[in-house]
Amino acid sequence: MSNPLTIVESVNLALRSEMQKDSSVVVLGEDVGVNGGVFRATVGLREEFGIKRVLDTPLAETMIAGLSVGMAAQGLKPVAEIQFMGFIFPAMEHLIAHAARLRHRTRGRLHCPMVLRVPFGGGIHAPEHHSESTEVLFAHTPGLRVVIPSSPARAYGLLLAAIRNPDPVIFMEPKRIYRLNAQPVEDNGKALPLDTCYTLREGSDITLVSWGAMIKETLEAADKLAEKAISCEVIDLVTLNPIDHKTILASVAKTGHCVIIHEAPKSCAVGAEISATIAERGLLNLQAPVSRVTGYDTVMPYYQMENHYMPNTADIIEAVTGTLEFS
Amino acid sequence: METIFTTNISYSSYLSEAGLPLQPLPEWTHTPDTLVRYYRNMVLARQLDNKIIALQRTGQIGTYASQLGAEAIDIVLGDLMESSDVLIPYYRNHALQMLRGLPMADMLSYWGGDERGNASAGMGEDFPNAVPIATQALHATGVATAFKIRGEKRAAVTVCGDGGTSKGDFMEALNVAGAWQLPVVFIINNNQWAISVPRSLQCGAPTLAQKAVAAGIRGEQVDGNDVIALHESVNEALQHAREGKGPTLIEAISYRLSDHTTADDATRYRSNEELKAAWEREPIKRLQTFLHAKGWWDEVQETAWQNEVGQIIQQGLTEYLQRPPQAASDLIDHLYAKLPDALKEQRERLLRNARQGGNHHE
Repeated sequence: MSNPLTIVESVNLALRSEMQKDSSVVVLGEDVGVNGGVFRATVGLREEFGIKRVLDTPLAETMIAGLSVGMAAQGLKPVAEIQFMGFIFPAMEHLIAHAARLRHRTRGRLHCPMVLRVPFGGGIHAPEHHSESTEVLFAHTPGLRVVIPSSPARAYGLLLAAIRNPDPVIFMEPKRIYRLNAQPVEDNGKALPLDTCYTLREGSDITLVSWGAMIKETLEAADKLAEKAISCEVIDLVTLNPIDHKTILASVAKTGHCVIIHEAPKSCAVGAEISATIAERGLLNLQAPVSRVTGYDTVMPYYQMENHYMPNTADIIEAVTGTLEFS
Repeated sequence: METIFTTNISYSSYLSEAGLPLQPLPEWTHTPDTLVRYYRNMVLARQLDNKIIALQRTGQIGTYASQLGAEAIDIVLGDLMESSDVLIPYYRNHALQMLRGLPMADMLSYWGGDERGNASAGMGEDFPNAVPIATQALHATGVATAFKIRGEKRAAVTVCGDGGTSKGDFMEALNVAGAWQLPVVFIINNNQWAISVPRSLQCGAPTLAQKAVAAGIRGEQVDGNDVIALHESVNEALQHAREGKGPTLIEAISYRLSDHTTADDATRYRSNEELKAAWEREPIKRLQTFLHAKGWWDEVQETAWQNEVGQIIQQGLTEYLQRPPQAASDLIDHLYAKLPDALKEQRERLLRNARQGGNHHE
């Protein structure tokens, strides 16, 4: 694969790289084989690794998740794809009631080293049920790790880490930026940590925390605010479970201000967890209340209303300005 | 050892690919009315389908699931279902929905990314499209349970693809329908492909109709390109359901002549030869040949109908394109019967921040 790579190409590279090194890695899902995945994330893998390691499954998400639990307990490393986040719900029983707790309830006799890859998020004019951001359902489930890359290089390193991790990982891929910005990605086999966030930009006035596709708008807002001499520290959360609160708290201690940005609805979302932790452990460092820029507490709309739903750069700038002007 | 249960699955067809009778035809086909209506409706469905794909390519409508090759199933269902029956459709039933009373402009609105298409008064008690696979089968059993509890002579009708039969929902629906002898008709549009996965990799059984056997319900296979075979099976199944004689599963053998949706490219995974062979079996041509041979349809009628269809489509399209965009508040206002106070602040913010756009025609 020629560099530079997009996020979806980096996912493909990571899969190929790890499949070459580790014969226990098996890719499965709907349309992942002959078709190479509806987003082409698994393209070419069936040709290279054969039908025993790249499985086109029947159309059944419950089965995909439950089958993966069984395979993982047998020492394989299934990397299953759920085609869209909106279709993950039949898999929930196996993820929550089994994958997340197999290690715990057998006291480690069995464990579940599976990865569930799933494209998520809105903004691509997709059909109904193809644009959801339900990361909190997984982040709220003890035993599951939840990882969301926002750049090609991190997608590569994080997916390697997810596959190598001995516990189940939900690997959510922000499809709105799947092909947005290509960057050089070295196929060096180096996994990235699954418990740290990334400070994408250092700043002194305010801390912006986001993840997934909203990183794009967050960085755009930081650029525009820089023109007004407002210095934003931009943190990509990356791992939603576990959350690297330490990095966020240290940043807020420095800036005294924080805005959290996510596409998911506002209430009971991951942003609420971050905000609560800052209130618990960093209250005296705050010079203004933590603010959240999020989707509305409503159903992800069919695409005509997407513009109204999705947070944008102007919303972030407004929230930052309001936070800095708080007195 | 003794055999305690045996079964067999029937397959029925009346018209060959060449439009010739394969067996004595039922009485209702001895006069032209119904068959000509079927033909005209299929022509309309196909022209409209072509038009919508063209609209998608020019950005005037969203990702669209074509019905190309499945016209016969929808047309026959639409004709035989009573308005008091309830349709619980999947995302490939546009023609059926329109025969049930959904105006074309509302159907187009839905595929144009606007939920108001689902609000159409023309849908009666019918469900909106189920996009998650096979979930509709269970809703159909719920609708049928309501009919049964109230002692109503109505049928619930639901359609899914061959891929949908692999879902737990589908098997759970068949099971409860059999256990409770519900007034429901399950139709499988077995078009041989679930996106890129062929029927042979979807299920190890030689027929999908036999899934009915394990649920204790009637199951049969019909030529889904043959309106006569479909009519006979569907009619009997609907009567069975309405008369309280229990559910039926009909596997209609068709072929997805299109891509899965406009976002798909079927040339990646299936051969041109297979597609070409499938075109030989498609439903419209064989009925046209039959009608011509009977002297019930000719070139003059064909031209006149094609022109009329063009006008019907243009009218629906104009109505769709002229529809004003939704109000921003529609994003939240229909979520609950009464908007909770906790959401009022978000609603105010939504109205304050109402975005440009949200109208595909701009």
